[in-house]
Amino acid sequence: MDLQLWIWIAVGLSFALYIGIAIWSRASSTSEFYVAGASVHPIANGMATAADWMSAASFISMAGIISFQGYDGSVYLMGWTGGYVLLALLLAPYLRKFGKFTVPDFIGDRYGSQTARGLAIFCALIVSFTYIAGQMRGVGVVFSRYLEVDITTGVLIGMGIVLFYAVLGGMKGITYTQVAQYCVLIFAYLVPAIFISFLSTGYVLPQWGFGAAGPDGVYLLDQLDGLHRELGFHEYTTGNKSVLDVFFITMALMAGTAGLPHVIVRFFTVKRVSDARRSAGWALLFIAILYTTAPAIAVFARTNLIQTVSEQPYAELPDWFDKWETTGLIQFDDKNQDGLIQYVADPEANELKVDADIMVLANPEIAQLPNWVIALLAAGALAAALSTAAGLLLVISSAVSHDLIKRMIHPEVSEKTELIAARLSAVGAVCLAGYFGIHPPGFVAATVALAFGLAASSFFPAIVLGIFSKRMNKEGAISGMAIGVLLMLFYMTKFKFGWFGGGTEADWWWGISPEGFGTFAMLVNFVVAIGVSRFTPSTSIEIQELIAEIRKP
Amino acid sequence: MRNSTLTPSQMYWRTNLRYLVVLLSIWFAVSFGASILFVEELNAFRVGGFKLGFWFAQQGSIYTFVVLIFVYIRLMNRLDAAYLNASELSESGAEQKSMP
Repeated sequence: MDLQLWIWIAVGLSFALYIGIAIWSRASSTSEFYVAGASVHPIANGMATAADWMSAASFISMAGIISFQGYDGSVYLMGWTGGYVLLALLLAPYLRKFGKFTVPDFIGDRYGSQTARGLAIFCALIVSFTYIAGQMRGVGVVFSRYLEVDITTGVLIGMGIVLFYAVLGGMKGITYTQVAQYCVLIFAYLVPAIFISFLSTGYVLPQWGFGAAGPDGVYLLDQLDGLHRELGFHEYTTGNKSVLDVFFITMALMAGTAGLPHVIVRFFTVKRVSDARRSAGWALLFIAILYTTAPAIAVFARTNLIQTVSEQPYAELPDWFDKWETTGLIQFDDKNQDGLIQYVADPEANELKVDADIMVLANPEIAQLPNWVIALLAAGALAAALSTAAGLLLVISSAVSHDLIKRMIHPEVSEKTELIAARLSAVGAVCLAGYFGIHPPGFVAATVALAFGLAASSFFPAIVLGIFSKRMNKEGAISGMAIGVLLMLFYMTKFKFGWFGGGTEADWWWGISPEGFGTFAMLVNFVVAIGVSRFTPSTSIEIQELIAEIRKP
Repeated sequence: MRNSTLTPSQMYWRTNLRYLVVLLSIWFAVSFGASILFVEELNAFRVGGFKLGFWFAQQGSIYTFVVLIFVYIRLMNRLDAAYLNASELSESGAEQKSMP
């Protein structure tokens, strides 16, 4: 059957499934809208968290980035999984015990301060908006690439779908569609990986296969290191970045993961405290299935790519090369006019530019897999982008309707009005996100790193100290959050956008990249918060009782 | 025994903190230790086609994270049950005392 027909069938069936689930799980109360009535099974919540967490970037770009960076790409693998250990051990059970709807709820009540609540709402909105703009763009790109519509139409279709189930079903609708989306995306990710692993090493499990030997008896990783040395790249299995920077980036991604509001809020949806721990465990297991497969895909794809193109005549390359060249994801420039492709580290002599996304998108074609696998990949990429967008949307709408309107501006608002406000702010957020998807600000890529740095430097210390220190008061928490966030914003805007005089890599403080600076800002937040709290009055009896209550099972 | 003076809630919290220290040390050791600080040293060893440090960075640390959370779930479920027993006992003890 024709590839385009397969794609329409796969995407159409998966969308029909999501809409069906949305109609079946409509939300009728604010509790159902914000936290799915706190009645989700831990395994279902684990799947939903995994789908929520794994965005279009995880699905499409991550394996490609690892493929180009080798060992240095490990920061993403460890950073985006290790954060769940922090979540399960330090945050999720206590926040569930606290039993409200949102992260600003916790910060505002724990520190007994509207200023702290306002600051938390501000951070939650910034983090979520920077994130969702990238997701809508991802939806548009996937649509346009696979369904041959333009990006604007793609974004509009994506907006329509998300709007339908997020506005109708709230957290309840989102949770159950995310369960379905997880199944679609993990199946779509694993099938090509297993095929390729089996074809190149004879092992079915990609996790095992990329450490095995190819048909010629040479270990794949040794072969790849050898190819890299020949072409002048640094060895695949060793790094290029400084140890300090790798350390700081990994820590920032871990703490940022644990501090992201759209991840934390998922743990409010289960019945009991023990279920919050359990669903964090399941979530990480479901995430780990994809995250341990990604480095295997990276190695297979990198080896395949180099062997297919390096020093080969341009005229004799396989079809997929032409096809992806027309999309601009592969660019060839025959600098020395010999008709052969020189793919080397030296930018003067290199003739081939390869976009990171291609490693996953073109993988089935490079490995000559059947058409239905490619169609599956399209449905999986859309599932990844839509599920993350929907989760973020909910954080934005609850930050506006619950935290801002109900808890700060207009406390006597009725449940019915609050629900209407929640739905309206979800509509507003989708439109704004759609606008950014169609007219992407140039800083989207830079600001996703900013989102992790911001979450690490603001929420993470405030929540951890709020649970583990009875002494921590509002003065400490507010000054810590404010200084942490401002420091992070200063460093990012200075080195990413050239504000405050700008600067280059040589000017980085102690050689720490903006991506890793969140760790430093987080440490400053901890120090400031603890310092200030020692010189200001301790917390009230009521707050201390609240903390004691949170700590009990 | 020193512990006998603590209430069930204090006991529960102390044991929980002890678990956290142990589990987070392992978390730190596999990710920041084996995969970043000592990756060169471990790369001298090999498991099949993997250099050990590289394997920890791209596979081993993630498996360890999953195991850590499930170990914590088990430990805490047991601790929760023990706490509920202990607090029921102390509550029923208190009731008996208050009765004539």
